Amino acid sequence: MSVNEALATYSNYLVYGAMAAYTIAMIAFAASLASMRGRDLVPAAAAAAEQSGGGVAVATRVEVAVGGPDDGAIPPGRRSGNIGMSLTWMGTLLLGVGLLLRGLSVGRAPWGNMCEFSLTSAFAVAAAFLVISLRRDVRWLGVFVVTPVLLALGSAMTFLYTDAAQLVPALKSYWLVIHVSAAVICGGAFCIGAAVTVLFLVADAGERRAAIGKPYHLAWLARRLPESPRLDAMAYRIHAFMFPLWTFAIVAGAIWAENAWGRYWGWDPKETWAFITWVAYAAYLHARATVGWKGRKASVIALIAFGCFLFNYFGINILVTGLHSYAGV
Amino acid sequence: MTELRGTAPDDLLPEAPQRMSTAPTEVDAAAPMGIGVIGWLRWFWRTLTSMRTALVLLFLLAIASVPGSLLPQRGTDPGRVTLYLTNDPVKGRILDRLGFFDVFAAPWFAAIYLLLFISLAGCVLPRSRQHWRILRSRPPAAPRNLVRLPEHRQIETDPDVGPQQTLDDAAAFLRRSRWRVDTTSYDGATGTVAAEKGYARETGNLLFHLSLLGLLAAIAFGSLFGFKGTVIVREGSSFADSRAQFDSFTPGKAYSDSSLPPFAFTLEKFIADYQRGGQQNGAARQFAADVTVIREPGAAPTAEHIEVNAPLDVNGVKVFLVGHGYAPTITLRDAKGQIVFRDSVVFIPQDGNFTSTGVVKAPDTVPQLGISGFFLPTSAVDTTLGPHSTFPAADDPEVFLSAWTGDLGLGTGKAQSVYKLDTTRMTKLGIERLTPGQSWKLPGGHGTVTLDGYRQWASFTVARDPGKELALLAAVLAITGLALSLLVRRRRVWVRVSSGATGVTVVEVAGLTRSEHTSVADEVDALAASLGTTVSTTSTAPPGG
Ligand code: HEM
Repeated sequence: MSVNEALATYSNYLVYGAMAAYTIAMIAFAASLASMRGRDLVPAAAAAAEQSGGGVAVATRVEVAVGGPDDGAIPPGRRSGNIGMSLTWMGTLLLGVGLLLRGLSVGRAPWGNMCEFSLTSAFAVAAAFLVISLRRDVRWLGVFVVTPVLLALGSAMTFLYTDAAQLVPALKSYWLVIHVSAAVICGGAFCIGAAVTVLFLVADAGERRAAIGKPYHLAWLARRLPESPRLDAMAYRIHAFMFPLWTFAIVAGAIWAENAWGRYWGWDPKETWAFITWVAYAAYLHARATVGWKGRKASVIALIAFGCFLFNYFGINILVTGLHSYAGV
Repeated sequence: MTELRGTAPDDLLPEAPQRMSTAPTEVDAAAPMGIGVIGWLRWFWRTLTSMRTALVLLFLLAIASVPGSLLPQRGTDPGRVTLYLTNDPVKGRILDRLGFFDVFAAPWFAAIYLLLFISLAGCVLPRSRQHWRILRSRPPAAPRNLVRLPEHRQIETDPDVGPQQTLDDAAAFLRRSRWRVDTTSYDGATGTVAAEKGYARETGNLLFHLSLLGLLAAIAFGSLFGFKGTVIVREGSSFADSRAQFDSFTPGKAYSDSSLPPFAFTLEKFIADYQRGGQQNGAARQFAADVTVIREPGAAPTAEHIEVNAPLDVNGVKVFLVGHGYAPTITLRDAKGQIVFRDSVVFIPQDGNFTSTGVVKAPDTVPQLGISGFFLPTSAVDTTLGPHSTFPAADDPEVFLSAWTGDLGLGTGKAQSVYKLDTTRMTKLGIERLTPGQSWKLPGGHGTVTLDGYRQWASFTVARDPGKELALLAAVLAITGLALSLLVRRRRVWVRVSSGATGVTVVEVAGLTRSEHTSVADEVDALAASLGTTVSTTSTAPPGG
């Protein structure tokens, strides 16, 4: 089957359009964060003690500082945050259509080489962010999500760029659709999970230092973030939600490998790192249930796990030869 | 969960059956002093099955896998292991001794995962027993002081509804939403409803861990009783499924030849298709093998088609298409014109454009003759690369051959590769390039070499893994267990009706969850609303809910 060049070209235009939208969104989110009033850095433990000490009949669930009740006046940073959100919606829409056209131009799922994986992953990150934004106010997170999205798109369109083309025979299977889409969705969510985890560490450090009256060079950022337990909870939710899907992605890959190569597991470098990533995320989930490992230490494990995920994507595809090689990188 | 989550202090939680998870409580297993062997064994077992040890072992497992992906491995790429050993013999020898070229079969790797699985069994089996008991017991009785629970509502009921009626309504409401309910009737002073939901969280967690044990068992079973072989078949040639016909064969330890079903196939035609032009010029687009299969002795031959993602299945044995190449057909004649060799010789591809190398050995001529050379499907010669192919399809095939005479070295008893010529005791006669149909008269009256044409070959993996269905089942159960364990919330609610000092009836609804960062507020509210009007709300759930 041949390639519809016109569709492929339009697809590229749309991706460039999405990059433009994301760039402005990134600036808007950054401006929003910068002009935000921020909160006092009260250590989470102290705040909690204060609350439970009262124990009277009042609702004490904490509201996010950013999305707090507006008393008529628009809180600073709100407007540019909204601009950022709208542009992220727009960019994601353009990117989605771009991916669709790329898929149509070759008559297959648009994830057959690293260029396309990066495009799809960027879409997955942005879409995961937008899904979360439907349920809670995450404008403070915007800049930390749109920046990796832009990096992924930028690398896809430059050094990873590959013309739309047919697939190598090894990839011609419906398992490509199942296995890779699951992996890409996990990648998108893990990326956001890692971003939230880093922000948790910042907020946590800020609160700790504030409690003992020590200065903190990232205090300006910590003040603009939600309280650390909220961030911790959010990071956990994302990871806990994605771990079963990641397990599924690996199992689907194993079924595919059995079908293509005659063994469901062969310790190919790609498989090995998928396993390492899986074990690392399992360690993170365990650490949260192990005394002395909760909080910061567990978060560091989550970041290591994401590092393994990234290494499997970039490191293994580019540096190591194995069965999992894709046409045009 | 080894300890409480949420803000409920421990004294709210009555004894053993009250805990919402059967996870071991993390007591630091202090080393026993002077308790003798039994004491030490018990200490060792407690340490091994603790969460902290599980965490450390998981870490070790991940770290131990890393060299398996960065160093060449015997299992996946023996050629590169040999290369490593020749390039860096000292370091290579040490690494080899330590098992770094076969990490996933190394004793230290096995030690880690076996310890992990022993720890897992030691942790999960007792927990399963405990959970089984909990599943059949009643929800825990209400704590004395409901107002200290994370969610608490006080409500006013319709004055016409009596205390017992309120309790019955609450129990009915909870049963409708499939809570497990236990009621203590109103005794004139107080009465309670206790309910619990979300047992599937713990069930799922145990199912997941048990499935991992199952998965390990399935892998072990498959590798004990299965086998895997590879074979190269040229177009027009046949393969019969017997051990001797494989180029390489790796049986499991408990494998017996009787589980190799007798079947045979002939490779009629191999089809390859490549991208022409563009950025990915030469990338493969299609591989397919047309074969004729005889499924069992005496069966009628059937035409089948094997592709990369579409293996052939013969009675549970699968035949996978894994590689392909060219086999130039070469004829050797001696000085008198007698044919001493005629065959299509498998040449092994060296690069993506199928520049291939191979040899012909003619041990019966005197002196012996040997030919080594290149097959180039689309031939080109330049000064830097020498003879090489510029496209994988046979658009312009040509061979470059060098002829040798002397002793092939076959009599030394040492095993020789069929793809290499040992020229230590041979002298070179010359080199020549041939296109199909051309002949080369060897210097010195040693005869002639003719390139008649070429055939393609395909390589197949023939494998059977009797454990793979079991492994899939274990994996599916594991994912199901995980989803339950991570997505279901375990929670409890209580309703208490008591007559206050002034004779008014006080109705309280309270709830508790220990699933991380979740809240029962909505469920407590719904229950409260079904019973009356909420007059006071306390919610001390931690942020994040
Ligand atoms: C093969 C290695 C193992 C893997 C991949 C694994 C994976 C997991 C995962 C993904 C969870 C879910 C975490 C959650 O519910 O938040 C979990 C929970 C748990 N695992 Fe493991 N596990 C392994 C071995 C072990 C071992 C050896 C033990 C015993 C010491 C153990 C004890 C537990 C316990 C008690 C929980 C429940 C934690 C809680 O209630 O939150 N696991 N495990």
